[in-house]
Amino acid sequence: MPFLPVLLWTDILIYLLLSVVVASVFYVRRRPHLIAPWKFVFQKKRGVISVMILLCYVAIGVMDSVHFRLALPSDEKSKTQHYSTEVLTVLDVLVMPLRQQLEKTYSSPFATRLFMREMQQSESGTVTFDYAKLKYAGAHLDNEQDKTADIQNTVIKSTISALFIWFVAVIVVMFWWAKKHEINWKQVVNKFRLGQSSYPVRTCFLMLLVLLVFFFNLIALSASYHVLGTDKVGQDVLYQALKSVRTGLVIGTLTTLVMLPFALFMGIAAGYFKGWIDDLIQYIYTTLNSIPGVLLIAAAVLMLQVYMNNNPDSFATIAERADMRLLFLCIILGLTSWTGLCRILRGETLKLRESDYVLAARALGAGGLTILHRHILPNLMHIVMIAIVLDFSGLVLAEAVLSYVGVGVDPSMSSWGNMINSARLEMARDPIVWWSLTAAFISMFTLVLAANLFADVVRDAFDPRMQASV
Amino acid sequence: MSSALLEVSGLKTWLGRVDQPLRAVDGIGFTIQRGETFALLGESGCGKSMTALSLLGLNPLPVSRIVDGEVKLAGLDLLQLSEAEMQAIRGRRIAMIFQEPQSSLNPVLSVGEQISECLNLHFDLDAKASQQRVIELLESVGIPDPLQRIKEYPHQLSGGMKQRVMIAMALAGEPELLIADEPTTALDVTIQAQILELLKTIQRDTGMAILLISHDLAVVAQMADHVAVMYAGQIVETASRQQFFEQHQHPYTDKLFQALPSEQKRDQRLTVIKGSVPVLTQDFKACRFVERCDHAWDLCRTTPPLWTEDNDHGVRCHLFNQDADVERTMLPQTQYSSPLSEVLPAERNVLTVQNLKVHFPIRKGVLQRVVGQVRAVDGVSLSLKHAETVALVGESGCGKTTVGKGILQLVPVTDGDVEFHGHRLNGLPERALKQHRSSLQIVFQDPYSSMNPRMTISQIIEEGLSRKQFTKDSEAKEKRINELLERVGLRAEIKHRYPHEFSGGQRQRICIARALAAEPEIIICDEPTSALDVSVQAQILNLLREIQHEFGLSYLFITHNIAVVNYLAHRVAVMYLGRIVEQGSRDDVLHTPKHPYTQALLAAVPELDLNTTEEVTRLEGELPSPAKPPKGCHFHQRCPQAMPKCLESYPEHTQLSTSHEVRCFLYEESE
Ligand SMILES: Nc1ncnc2c1ncn2[C@@H]1O[C@H](COP(=O)(O)OP(=O)(O)OP(=O)(O)O)[C@@H](O)[C@H]1O
Ligand code: SF4
Ligand code: SF4
Ligand SMILES: [Mg+2]
Repeated sequence: MPFLPVLLWTDILIYLLLSVVVASVFYVRRRPHLIAPWKFVFQKKRGVISVMILLCYVAIGVMDSVHFRLALPSDEKSKTQHYSTEVLTVLDVLVMPLRQQLEKTYSSPFATRLFMREMQQSESGTVTFDYAKLKYAGAHLDNEQDKTADIQNTVIKSTISALFIWFVAVIVVMFWWAKKHEINWKQVVNKFRLGQSSYPVRTCFLMLLVLLVFFFNLIALSASYHVLGTDKVGQDVLYQALKSVRTGLVIGTLTTLVMLPFALFMGIAAGYFKGWIDDLIQYIYTTLNSIPGVLLIAAAVLMLQVYMNNNPDSFATIAERADMRLLFLCIILGLTSWTGLCRILRGETLKLRESDYVLAARALGAGGLTILHRHILPNLMHIVMIAIVLDFSGLVLAEAVLSYVGVGVDPSMSSWGNMINSARLEMARDPIVWWSLTAAFISMFTLVLAANLFADVVRDAFDPRMQASV
Repeated sequence: MSSALLEVSGLKTWLGRVDQPLRAVDGIGFTIQRGETFALLGESGCGKSMTALSLLGLNPLPVSRIVDGEVKLAGLDLLQLSEAEMQAIRGRRIAMIFQEPQSSLNPVLSVGEQISECLNLHFDLDAKASQQRVIELLESVGIPDPLQRIKEYPHQLSGGMKQRVMIAMALAGEPELLIADEPTTALDVTIQAQILELLKTIQRDTGMAILLISHDLAVVAQMADHVAVMYAGQIVETASRQQFFEQHQHPYTDKLFQALPSEQKRDQRLTVIKGSVPVLTQDFKACRFVERCDHAWDLCRTTPPLWTEDNDHGVRCHLFNQDADVERTMLPQTQYSSPLSEVLPAERNVLTVQNLKVHFPIRKGVLQRVVGQVRAVDGVSLSLKHAETVALVGESGCGKTTVGKGILQLVPVTDGDVEFHGHRLNGLPERALKQHRSSLQIVFQDPYSSMNPRMTISQIIEEGLSRKQFTKDSEAKEKRINELLERVGLRAEIKHRYPHEFSGGQRQRICIARALAAEPEIIICDEPTSALDVSVQAQILNLLREIQHEFGLSYLFITHNIAVVNYLAHRVAVMYLGRIVEQGSRDDVLHTPKHPYTQALLAAVPELDLNTTEEVTRLEGELPSPAKPPKGCHFHQRCPQAMPKCLESYPEHTQLSTSHEVRCFLYEESE
């Protein structure tokens, strides 16, 4: 086999999460009352825009979650196949040049020379102290003066191809639409042009155009330049930013996944059974709430680090080790953040258990379990939904802060927090190296903004009180 | 020379999409004279409130828009005014009070602050004068001890008090017109009587005109000088009170009167209006009532009727249009009443309740220590015979619902016995209780909250079935569900839909089907019709009576609607603050009430009869808190006949006849 698949713990959880999402999509599709709020989400411009951006991130994250190890060239004698210790992902393979084209050290975005002067020997043997030419960026240029023209050229070309692809896509969609609703061309064009659909089709197309143009340009430019510069060891910053996406997404989603069972179980138990169970659970979460979260996290992470250092053999690769730490961070973050949701669920359960339909079910002789899973749980789901999307961006930001402080993810793992952490020294240099921080900032900001917009729309769609006021 | 205060003509307020508007108010016209009470009567969803809001330019934006019409206040067209100019009119010349006193007061401002805010909007008063005026206003709406009250916050006031404060706020601007949107719907009859009385007095003193919006014919009969009936966004009839109650003309109005339950109709099914209100998004090419009208003929299906007015009595119906086919008007009016023999209860007791007590602990502080008890039910004894209907009446908060829940063991019973066929239910563990569960069912007041919104109708009804023989056989189960739905008058196809797709009346039918699924012997009906319109109420009452015939059910019917009691009940129990104060056959209790509270309660019920002018004693004050019941007879603070000994101890039962007992010292047998 040319490669050996590697299943990291977080990968497994991500696949699990994805399959749950896919399964619930199928489940929801057949239930009108469940699909209604989602329709509302997609009828809002904000909803469509944020979902499209989030999908881009998710696509990058998912591609970065398929891990494997490549086979080493086998020598004929030994029968066993050896695999590289380096764990790669599909994303790595796709952006192989970005990964491999290491420069010597810092270079600014779109530069063709290093950021610092150094001693170098020309072919003729003279030693000069100057900015050295980069090994890869702009290597195809005969003359460095052509750079601007070359960039312009690339931009124009890729924009035109993006437009073309977009046009084809729009035509295909319209064709499909006309087929589906059995109306003729003109009507479809008119309908879309005037925005007469209940969904914001125009916004969707426009967003698609923006995304296509953006990605086409990015891909074309990054083939021959370091669009976001390189870092201290000469690695492309764009590559780091891309690799950080997965870390952010994992923290944002798996943490909620970890805390959800706790919050649900405890919240419902407290609200439904009342009495001493309620007292106990309330006591637990008030206590947990009053310990500063950072303290718990720091203690736990430092303990894990010690354990890992003492048992280096339990991990086959660095990636596995880093992954373990990431998962652990998710768990500990989850353990410190379930209380808020738990409290809301408790309150809602208290209310629901007195509702007329629960009383009616009790009068019909339904037992506690039946009531819990048929009457209470389904009516709490919208709260869970809202909590998940609201928490997401907070957790992404929390990762950044924790890694910056040094109790976050493994230093060997790309993450926005680590990028910011290393930028600490870069900002102190003169002249200042600003691009690492900027790259981390922009990629994180876009994700968090999209997530917040999405959370907003989801809340409007799922919260019955919001509905009344719309 | 006309003394018309408000002239509305051709008012149209449409909602929703431009290409497919919902015509909530579709060409309304009426005139209100100075100093009169004009009632706008109609069922829910017919556009009453939207009309009122449009008059003030308060219709919700941007979902609704006034597309046409004129609203002239003493000649000034309000719809042409700018928002700033309108603000000077609102509160000053036209004021409004709403249905829910709860949500119309700002919870963080004291009563005094809220009223003086209204004053300062329109008058230039200094602090002292303003305070003086606030006190005057509070006095005028009958709030005792106003100096004390101005410092209180809305949550410290009862519902009736809040509505009085609302009225005081409305009066602050000394308006010429007061719009009252269902001002008493959320209140008890006794409080309703007080508020209506208050409105009348104020009108007499200030000469203000009132636009009263209501769905209650009896309230209208008491209050109005002129009546307009609204149906599906239009006014279908206007008349003076006399004409309206004696010679109403429009078929819809006629149906409304027939649908009212009353004692005289005990032996017949109530008239129902078939079908439902038409969808208002259509462009009407026929009479809006045509689907539901018994008199409809071809002309009605092709031409919308025009407004015809004759001698101040306007009506929108082809029957009364002189140019239309006159012969039709001659047709005899078919009477659609089908007789219904009364169920005669058996002598066998199904349910006996002895001295039932349900106390809720009041907890306070960090340690949640019990600091007191809410005595919601405090010693209630009742019995229910086979196939009998016992009505439990009383003011809000007196513990009626808690009695029902206590019988069903849905709340922990503090003391007493609930016996079903001789088996004591309270104290049984849940497992042992299960075998009796399905025999006792409940139908709730609010049809919107009594079904799980995430379950289909079929799943909801199945809940009642699954514990029976149907566990395995899914085909038989389906068949039974279909049967039940058809029994309550719904089509079987609807069973895969969700509750939110149904109207209030339909939901209540589904709830009844769910209860029937369990094959009960007793159904506790907790105000099952009080959230419904009259015509829908008639359908539900008919259904309840039919199934009582068919299955021999016993009902404990909790209600505050005396007309319903009169139509349905065999026996009546009157409850006051956790105890039954009078109990007996319907005839005894409603015709010869003995307890002063029963007497006052019955007197507070608005009468449809126009000629009741006799001065009745109105009940003062409100229900005391069940957490601190007054010493002695609970009723003594409000009782007009209270005696010294009433302050000392609670009266015992006095048996007046075999079927009539009362708890009051007035009837205690002397030694
Ligand atoms: N679970 C509870 N905990 C504490 N107090 C309660 C509870 N349920 C009811 N009460 C109190 O018990 C009293 C009686 O309430 P109940 O609901 O039985 O009145 P009701 O006669 O049905 O009133 P309504 O006509 O408004 O339905 C009220 O004062 C209420 O506040
Ligand atoms: S116009 Fe015709 S259908 Fe309409 S109310 Fe009159 S008789 Fe009935
Ligand atoms: S016992 Fe006294 S206070 Fe109570 S109702 Fe009778 S007369 Fe009135
Ligand atoms: Mg009640």
